[in-house]
Amino acid sequence: MRFVFKTRYDQDIDLARHSGDRLWYGLLLVLLVLAPAWLSEYWLAQLTFILIYGIVGVGLMLLAGYTGLFSLGHGAFLGVGAYTETVLASMGWPFPLSLAAAAGLSAGVGAVVGLPALRVKGIYLAIATLAFGFIVEEILARWESVTGGNAGKVVPTIDVFGWQADTAPSFYFVCLIVAVLATLAVLNLLRSPTGRAFVAIRDSEISAQSMGIHLAHYKTLSFMVSAALAGVGGALYAHQIRFLSPDQFGILQSIDLLLMIVIGGLGSIHGAFLGAAFLITMPQLITLGKDWLPGAVAEATGLQALVYGVVLIAFVLFEPMGLYGRWLKLRTWFDLFPFYRAGMFRRQKSFQKSERLR
Amino acid sequence: MQVLQLLVSGIAQGCIYGLIALGFVLIYKATETVSFAQGELMMLGAFIGLMLMAVLGFPFWLAVLAAICAMALLGIALEFAVIRPILGQPAFSIVMLTIGIGYVARGAVTMVPVFGTETHTLPVPYRNEIVQVGGLVIAVEQLVVILATAALSALLYAMFRFSKIGIAMQASSQNQLAAYYMGIPVKRLNGLVWGLAAAVAAIAGLLLAPITFVHVNMGFIGLKAFPAAVVGGFGSLPGAIVGGLIIGVVESMSGFFLPEGFKDVAAYVVVLLMLVIKPNGLFGENLAKKV
Amino acid sequence: MSGTLLSVRDLTVHFGGVLAVNGVSFDVPEGGVFTLIGPNGAGKTTVFNLISRIYTPTSGTIEFDGARLDRAPPHRIAELGIARTFQNIELFEHATVLQNLLIGRHVHRRSGFWNELVFTPRVRREERETRRKVEEVIDFLDLQHYRETMVAGLPYGVRKVVELARALCMQPRLLLLDEPSSGLNVEETGDMAFWIEDIRDDLGITVLMVEHDMSLVSKVSDRVLAMNQGEVLAVGTPEQVQNDPAVVEAYLGTADDATSLRRVA
Repeated sequence: MRFVFKTRYDQDIDLARHSGDRLWYGLLLVLLVLAPAWLSEYWLAQLTFILIYGIVGVGLMLLAGYTGLFSLGHGAFLGVGAYTETVLASMGWPFPLSLAAAAGLSAGVGAVVGLPALRVKGIYLAIATLAFGFIVEEILARWESVTGGNAGKVVPTIDVFGWQADTAPSFYFVCLIVAVLATLAVLNLLRSPTGRAFVAIRDSEISAQSMGIHLAHYKTLSFMVSAALAGVGGALYAHQIRFLSPDQFGILQSIDLLLMIVIGGLGSIHGAFLGAAFLITMPQLITLGKDWLPGAVAEATGLQALVYGVVLIAFVLFEPMGLYGRWLKLRTWFDLFPFYRAGMFRRQKSFQKSERLR
Repeated sequence: MQVLQLLVSGIAQGCIYGLIALGFVLIYKATETVSFAQGELMMLGAFIGLMLMAVLGFPFWLAVLAAICAMALLGIALEFAVIRPILGQPAFSIVMLTIGIGYVARGAVTMVPVFGTETHTLPVPYRNEIVQVGGLVIAVEQLVVILATAALSALLYAMFRFSKIGIAMQASSQNQLAAYYMGIPVKRLNGLVWGLAAAVAAIAGLLLAPITFVHVNMGFIGLKAFPAAVVGGFGSLPGAIVGGLIIGVVESMSGFFLPEGFKDVAAYVVVLLMLVIKPNGLFGENLAKKV
Repeated sequence: MSGTLLSVRDLTVHFGGVLAVNGVSFDVPEGGVFTLIGPNGAGKTTVFNLISRIYTPTSGTIEFDGARLDRAPPHRIAELGIARTFQNIELFEHATVLQNLLIGRHVHRRSGFWNELVFTPRVRREERETRRKVEEVIDFLDLQHYRETMVAGLPYGVRKVVELARALCMQPRLLLLDEPSSGLNVEETGDMAFWIEDIRDDLGITVLMVEHDMSLVSKVSDRVLAMNQGEVLAVGTPEQVQNDPAVVEAYLGTADDATSLRRVA
């Protein structure tokens, strides 16, 4: 079992808590870099999806998990990023520029969507984001001259001043680099005053204000960063699926994103990637499990919905800390072996308090 | 005349939104949780009615009553099994759980061999009948919706305003622990509320079925009921109905007068406008934390 | 002592039909402890909330070191150098004590968003400095044991101290304490009295507090103001106010009052 004896502030400030962290994350990075060598083409594509959804998840985690602002329309930012990237790439823009533009435009839309957050809270804000989500989806569908409407739009390959990411491994590396940079950027934010301001807003707005935190500024910032990340994810998503249509960015996508961060574990960056892994691999697991189910059940179109629903309910009931929480408990068990005590992570019985009066 | 016709269909549609919104305002008023499962509960109510009427051959009124009771029991069971254990957790987790319930409901319905993903008709006695009032042609289905909604709203309003149960429900939504200390049977009350909300959803489903037919995705209409509840002011029962009516009428009018596509987003534009003008809705309360 | 730090003139606020604060005027001299006393509902916390801009006054002015406060946005108050604690503790429940205190240093941040995104060496240096300052406050209030504990798991007495610590991390010029001893036992109240004196003497911070515990008030206050029903009753030294007949009648009571309540056999 490892005790960290702290003698310098840097040990608290650094991202890695001790050399063990550096070792394991380093190994993970090596594994990911070598992925095209040891994964089949199919699984490499799935891993690429996980990275893409992970980027979006990190953004949504920042907004919902750390700032406490729940967005039911996040799929819209994904769509804005995807279509911006596609339109600009079709016009011949180099990838870094079009990606930056996708992020920037999504951030702009995020600022607009965040306007209600300055006046309303809780369920009202959630419904406002839901409304924006529907409106943006409709705009994407109607603005046919730009987006191709419901007929769809073909996505060109990534072009960086001549070098093209037209093979699966090369596209995978692009996604890996963007994912690592995005995650590091958000982790940096979280360990600086801005990240702390977000957490303050989540826990007590009145208190945060009396600490000098400008609520409107930080709430808008949170929306913008979160939307920008979703836009980046959307841009990569467009290249991965090669053909866009507006219905991919509607309410079902938004709920999928929320499902992802809840199952992954609210309030942790690991949770975003774990949730993304769950979201992408669940359909495969369901297909594998179909052999054990009776005919009518296995063939039903609603099987995936049923399994998702049951898993979601199970996680909220039994594992509110999500997949990351379960991992933490597992790791603590190994760390403390054989002294792990059954009640270590037990939640106190909580009574419901009114959130209107929070 | 055209406008009046649009108005009537808007009011009828709005009543449906209002009824679904009524369901989640009920749950919100009593337990301060938001349930995204109301749309799916409505769908289940319609399917139960379908099964009783078309498959088992029950007479109309018996099927309606049985469907409502069955849904009420389902609501109580849901609350007992799934909602009760998690009260006290942050509101967002509970919302996600109700979304999960919705998924399960949709998935489960497709697995019943008779239903699947097809569209079914509900064999109501007043199907395809119309009534002429002045120059207006009103489908009896719409009339039934409007009258039933009015009756139900009046009943519920009276209950919350004047009965002990209503006041107890409001108390436990504001501070559950204090409600326990005051001897309010919080758990039983919550079960009752969910049963009531499910019953209201069942009524909405049975009223809507003749108009839109019964199919597994009919619950998505429930999403439009959220703007209705917000416009009226979350936490206000009359507000839910009024909000629903406003959304219904605006939708109906914009379908006719505005270019294509506006009808689908009309509800959402209205709710955003309301949040700008009057963030707490028409009848909502303006609560601020006192420090 | 130097001049007036905070100056309140004819402060009035209506809530609907209720006149919560009516024409209140007082001056808080720099470097002392100024206490507001009065029965519940007198408007003392309302005055605090007006100063920290949670409410907007209907009329009247508040001046802090020459700057007009009464129309400033709430987050400006901290930037000007005013910190406060709350009657019903408003800590960040899902964060550790250390994180709460770090948030208290927010007004002193110098680097911007883009620097933080990349975590430049300058941001790292500022982080170290922030943590050093926070450690000074932790030492001052003996919170070392609780540094890594989640606030949600702390006992009430410790939370009050953490609230005080968080306010001190701001390095304010004026500290507003809302009922610092409420809910504390005798020993904890004694500690609080020592800390308030140290804050005034060692840290040079002016303290404006609302308090009900009259022994604490007499022990640490330099000036006392008594309020009742939104208006000022009396102002002066602790002895002067405690003996003022109007204050005695409205709030403090006399020995006779107590005996009249005694049960006659």
